[in-house]
Amino acid sequence: MDVTAHAFKSNVKAALKDAQLQRALAGLPTGLVAQRAAARARLPEFEALRDVGREIKNHTLEHLDLYLEAWEKNATKAGAKVHWAPTGADARDIVLEICRAANARLVTKGKSMVSEEIGLNAHLEGAGLEVVETDLGEYLVQIRHETPSHIIAPAIHLTEAQIEADFRRHHTHLPKDRPLDEPVKIVGEAREILREKFIKADVGITGANFLIAETGSSIIVTNEGNGDLTQSLARVHVVVTSIDKVVPTLEDVTTLLRLLARSATGQEFSVYTTFSTGPRRTEDPDGPEEYHVVVLDNGRSALLGTPFQEVLRCIRCGACMNHCPVYGAVGGHAYGWVYPGPIGSVINPALIGLPEARHLPNASTFCGRCESVCPMKIPLPGLMREWRTQDFASGGGTRMTRWALGAWAAVARRPRLYHMLARLGIAALGGLGRRRGSFRTLPLAGEWTRHRDLAAPQGRTFQQLWAEHKQGVPR
Amino acid sequence: MTGSKDETRRRETVLGAVRKRIAAGAGGSGRQAAVEARLAGQAAHLIPARSRQDAGQLKALFAAQLRAANATVLEAANEGELPGVVAGYLRSQNLPLALKAGDDAWLGDIEWSREPALSIAHGRAEPDDGIGLTHAVAGIAETGTLMLASGPLNPVTLNFLPETSVVVVRAGDLVGPYEAAFDRIRARYGRGLMPRTLNLVSGPSRTADVGGRLVTGAHGPRRFCVIIVG
Repeated sequence: MDVTAHAFKSNVKAALKDAQLQRALAGLPTGLVAQRAAARARLPEFEALRDVGREIKNHTLEHLDLYLEAWEKNATKAGAKVHWAPTGADARDIVLEICRAANARLVTKGKSMVSEEIGLNAHLEGAGLEVVETDLGEYLVQIRHETPSHIIAPAIHLTEAQIEADFRRHHTHLPKDRPLDEPVKIVGEAREILREKFIKADVGITGANFLIAETGSSIIVTNEGNGDLTQSLARVHVVVTSIDKVVPTLEDVTTLLRLLARSATGQEFSVYTTFSTGPRRTEDPDGPEEYHVVVLDNGRSALLGTPFQEVLRCIRCGACMNHCPVYGAVGGHAYGWVYPGPIGSVINPALIGLPEARHLPNASTFCGRCESVCPMKIPLPGLMREWRTQDFASGGGTRMTRWALGAWAAVARRPRLYHMLARLGIAALGGLGRRRGSFRTLPLAGEWTRHRDLAAPQGRTFQQLWAEHKQGVPR
Repeated sequence: MTGSKDETRRRETVLGAVRKRIAAGAGGSGRQAAVEARLAGQAAHLIPARSRQDAGQLKALFAAQLRAANATVLEAANEGELPGVVAGYLRSQNLPLALKAGDDAWLGDIEWSREPALSIAHGRAEPDDGIGLTHAVAGIAETGTLMLASGPLNPVTLNFLPETSVVVVRAGDLVGPYEAAFDRIRARYGRGLMPRTLNLVSGPSRTADVGGRLVTGAHGPRRFCVIIVG
């Protein structure tokens, strides 16, 4: 897909002015955020499970080569065809070849962020295939020629009115005066249209939430049932996934599943969790005749053994973006590449390069909510800080920013000088602002005062108060 | 297809990169043994207390969780009553009494003729089949989840294509946590082996992709009825 992460700042400006987007995003706090909180409250073991989940993934990543080999061995034994893809281009080529070998014309797809990452749809369509997304949100995004703005709710940026208009524009074979004023009618229309596609499809492509080494299985988790129709009605099932999805055993995946739905949508469990192991067996009446799994690296292995190894624990629940004040203000498209929100701010620089994505680690207030809700306890703010450090070290930022940071650092490393200057500055500001109590404008702080007043400092500095507190001086 | 040489090269590129990064870290010689031990028998991790209750409480939890997910839960006192309960449910929903059903050993023994109005066909689901009836390996009380295994007499499409899904589970197959259900799978298929498709289903199909509002009946069944037998 097109990358616009470098244009993050102008993307943000456009997003903040987009009234439809702002209306669509307004539902987040009462929707996914409140639902997760309720699910967490219903399960007293939730916090303890997060620690167990983190340990499972850490153990797996420390033995990743061996678990991938064990998974491959068991999957192959069950009749799977395993394909390894170092890059996105490799993965695209592999999938296209599978489709060609199957003489495929129509391809249905379940939701897969990895397929977004590798730009699969455009590649297959370029080769003359019809590709139909079947997750409702993905379908909406596809008919609008957009990309998902959220990893589990791809069309969260759209209002009901927009969706109705899109259906009327796109489904021109249906009566113009049909009622579409309620979600249930929109869902019903999509159901009818996509049902035909499921039945006619030659190849069904899904992602995988997990791979299980013990059994050689792949797992998809959905609520709509579209992934299951995609993979059980087409003659060929292709799973597109990545190396970080493997876990050792059924016990391990069970623990992660207890965290996934609760963190994502606040459900006790998603409606459909499906374990697939190999193709249709000799006497089976249904299921695909071929079962392929394409396992993508695309820069992930390079994160092993670095501070960023921790992001490979991610189970793609979306809780970090649901709880992020930046995501909540600008939505997912502003991030300019596949993965939005805090996880995107950490993973995108790794996958598309820091020069392209250098604004994203700065798109944070460091409030820490993302880390506090992450089921895998990924230290997202700390990793964003690590990217900022790397960016500065490699010469990122405008000359003005670098000069200002350098000057500040020079002073901050000399505590006495710092305290003296702070005292002087605070005294000056306090004196100037004594009458009004605040400033409407202030040189060098225009970005702050453009949106709100700056309160004038009063009394002594924090350092002075702290020193007195330690000496036991009563205030 | 891509030549096997390409496939081998790609495999070595991916796995080689992973190995190299891990070897550069703190990888010790006990890694292989640690992996084999875990794959041979991982003890259960933390299991929520709610799934450690007596049979009556588990049944109540199972039903309550399903109802909270917009499913219908009914009971049949024994196998003989099952046809009547199925027919009663279909009538209550104004649905035709025509089922496409699985035909495993237990379902095959049900005397459907006790309810003469019911017509039962077997085999994979076709687009016109309105009602699918399947038999779950286990019912998991923890979250109100049915575990269904595909097989020659258990077509997986019956759980997804019909508008109405009726799932039958024996009271003796109700368990507390997922782990207990997986124990049954291991006992039936052997350790490390699985049916081709294992479905965990927790209600009717649903979506919230239109304006964040919940709608049941997305692509899978609109109605989901669970009948506990015994």
